[in-house]
Amino acid sequence: MEQAVPVVELRGITKRFPGIVANDAISLELRKGEIHALLGENGAGKSTLMSILFGLYQPDEGEIRVNGQPQAIDGPGKAIELGIGMVHQHFKLVQPFTVAENIVLGIEPSKGLSINYRQANAKVKELSERYGLMVDPTVKVENITVGMQQRVEILKTLYRGAEILIFDEPTAVLTVQEIHELMQILKRLAAEGKSIILITHKLKEIMEVSDRVTIIRRGKVVGTVNTAETSESELAEKMVGRRVSLDKPKPPANPGEVVLELSGVTVAGADKGKPVVEDVSFSIRAGEIVGIAGVDGNGQHELVEALTGLRSLQSGSIRLDGKDIGHAPVKTRIKAGMSSIPEDRQKHGLVLDFSVGENLILGSPEEDRFFKGGFLNKSEIDRHATRLIEAYDVRTPDIHNKTRSLSGGNQQKAIIAREMERDPRLLIAVQPTRGLDIGAISFVHDRLLQARSEGKAVLLISYELDELHRLSDRIQVIFDGRIMGEVDPEKAGDDEIGLMMAGKKQAGKGASS
Amino acid sequence: MNRAADIFNKPSTYIPFIAILLGLLCGGIVMWIGGYDPFAAYGALWNTVFGTKYDFGETIVAITPILFTGLAVGFAFRAGIFNIGADGQYIIGMTAATFIGLKVHLPAFIHAPLALIVGMLCGALWGALVGWLKAYRGVNEVISAIMLNWIALYLSNYMLRDFLVKKGEQKTPNIDETASLSIGWLKNFMNGARMDWGIWIGLLCVLIFYVLLWRTKQGYELRAVGHNADAAKAAGINIKASFIKTMMISGAFAGLGGVFSVLGVFHYQVVQAASAGYGFDGIAVALLGGNHPVGILLGAFLFGGLTYGSSGMNFEADVPTEIVRIVIGSIIFFVASHGLIRTVIQPFFKKRKSRERKGAGMNGNVG
Repeated sequence: MEQAVPVVELRGITKRFPGIVANDAISLELRKGEIHALLGENGAGKSTLMSILFGLYQPDEGEIRVNGQPQAIDGPGKAIELGIGMVHQHFKLVQPFTVAENIVLGIEPSKGLSINYRQANAKVKELSERYGLMVDPTVKVENITVGMQQRVEILKTLYRGAEILIFDEPTAVLTVQEIHELMQILKRLAAEGKSIILITHKLKEIMEVSDRVTIIRRGKVVGTVNTAETSESELAEKMVGRRVSLDKPKPPANPGEVVLELSGVTVAGADKGKPVVEDVSFSIRAGEIVGIAGVDGNGQHELVEALTGLRSLQSGSIRLDGKDIGHAPVKTRIKAGMSSIPEDRQKHGLVLDFSVGENLILGSPEEDRFFKGGFLNKSEIDRHATRLIEAYDVRTPDIHNKTRSLSGGNQQKAIIAREMERDPRLLIAVQPTRGLDIGAISFVHDRLLQARSEGKAVLLISYELDELHRLSDRIQVIFDGRIMGEVDPEKAGDDEIGLMMAGKKQAGKGASS
Repeated sequence: MNRAADIFNKPSTYIPFIAILLGLLCGGIVMWIGGYDPFAAYGALWNTVFGTKYDFGETIVAITPILFTGLAVGFAFRAGIFNIGADGQYIIGMTAATFIGLKVHLPAFIHAPLALIVGMLCGALWGALVGWLKAYRGVNEVISAIMLNWIALYLSNYMLRDFLVKKGEQKTPNIDETASLSIGWLKNFMNGARMDWGIWIGLLCVLIFYVLLWRTKQGYELRAVGHNADAAKAAGINIKASFIKTMMISGAFAGLGGVFSVLGVFHYQVVQAASAGYGFDGIAVALLGGNHPVGILLGAFLFGGLTYGSSGMNFEADVPTEIVRIVIGSIIFFVASHGLIRTVIQPFFKKRKSRERKGAGMNGNVG
């Protein structure tokens, strides 16, 4: 095909960290005007490789060529000089500044001692229009959506003359609609001659937008393929190293008695303002998964906190196995059989500076087992930890290692191990697969389905419709703190749910309630 | 694996030692600039601390209060609270012990323990007040503790003036002999140094600190709150109660420091214009000791040694005691800026490591 010199060529890049080879002789070619996806599980070495290309790390071995010339990229400044720009997963923007101020930050066009805002605005506007980004340069960043902020990041790189753009997991924070728009932007950028590296583990996006895919597993390149000649399942297999079934049909539900019953649950907002959760009523039976669909920030956090006992109810009741626990302390709820996988595992789920073993007994209702006469029963704690990391495949060199040193996926597995091991009556899972790779996602999904078949009641809160569709037996759609209605995931399409998530009441004959 | 070597390779372990060396070096340079002989001065320092039995005993007297306040600050740190109020808790413990020692008359086997326990409990309650304000009123512990330090000082002075000191005097009469916690035979053995039970109870507290925090359920919960209060709360740990308990234990440690200064060392208490600042030295000691009980013990030893030894530097080498404070200040500076030390020593370690790797490559896996 093209014989042109690749814009970027990585040759035999090796990077070692203490105890691990993050990149092992990785070679990669980026052609002009292509969208090249970099696929791999968390910890496979994608981010390290891109950090090397962007000058944040120095490779131990190997060579980087940009436009055919060998280059030593000793810092982001050099990378930018070479026309390499990076759109980070976590945006680096100054919130109270305007879009234009953020974009020109560090290379402000000056007029005497002051910044020439008119010139900055004009330049930003022109770039924005050329690539169809539709960003208003004069609004403050704190007032625009996450999707728009990402475009500001893209503009930042373009403003600095980037010809090569690296996107690090760009869709992780976006809504369905925003993802769709981003894909259009990527295509537009490539059509204008920009070369793009897209770091991701989402196969759907790769299939939609990329020209070629390089798959990395455990620091090594597994292969580079043309997207047109591959399939999602082939990519998944290459990435994980074994066959993974993405769409296993779940066994039919076998619901039993009601386990959790919410009626009229209302949670007050800040300063006793408008309730953030209003009159929410639904129930979950043993052996079924009930999903809650909704855009982030529509009362899901508060609802979960009210359920787990971290936030007090204004009115209404929560019954677990018939017992009113609406005002009970956290410990009582745990002892009554409530387990939860929190949304922010590092903030609410784990004490990162504790050992893995210590975390596996955090909040355990079996106090007599792990604490004998007020003292830690070390041997039992160790035995418990050893068994759990084996059973739940938590990868850690040692149960005494700090939990901070585990990868995100393994931290999540540790939480799941701890919560499932309690044999709860009710399992609350909030965004249980956030930030996880395919292997870990399928593990989590299997465990949730296992809980269901063991006759536990499962409440699943997720922002990903695919996940809700795959796992839930029923879906409650939440908007602005209220339940808009219940849908059957087998019958309802994304469009219908999407409309309800945007606040449209359930269409058709009387909502099922 | 070589456990001992591992411990010394841990940054948290070797950084204080390097900090101490750099601090001594800085102090030496300051002395040299000031026209004093640093070698003679440090020699005098060493002699003063270890020279005679009496001096060593008095060094221990200097160590004891900051060991207690160091433990107080370190314990609270581990549970997520910055106890800047050890000073006030120390004063309250001291005053309560003085009160019992003077106003209550009991046989020795009960009088001394009673004075000790009351002093300790008053320190604990003074600390608990900070914990309660933080837990239930959302008051930042630093602010409330600093204010309570002053309240403690003036409350103590009021108690002394109005109830315990004779008109026209600045110090109380000596406490009853029955309340004394001095150890007579040890005092004679150390040629009259004011030896008491303080250092022994202090060592016991080092052990209690460790066992409580790392071996009990209570300690597990306190550490969970200290590292991540959100996760602790989600796991059903009562973090409000935890704050209060932490501050009670911390205050008890500090209070004990005050108890021994009266019952063990001085046997009387003085109306003070300002506090002796043991609580603040405790912060430095805890920092130097990495909030680990054994580290705190070593830190207290260093501080106490330097403080007492400074008198020797003054007498023998004519160095002003202020210079010793400069040395202490430098050490704290270097401990606090461990990032700096890491940068300074990194090149040496890197070289060694790469040599090791090369060596391992040539000789096969030796390690």
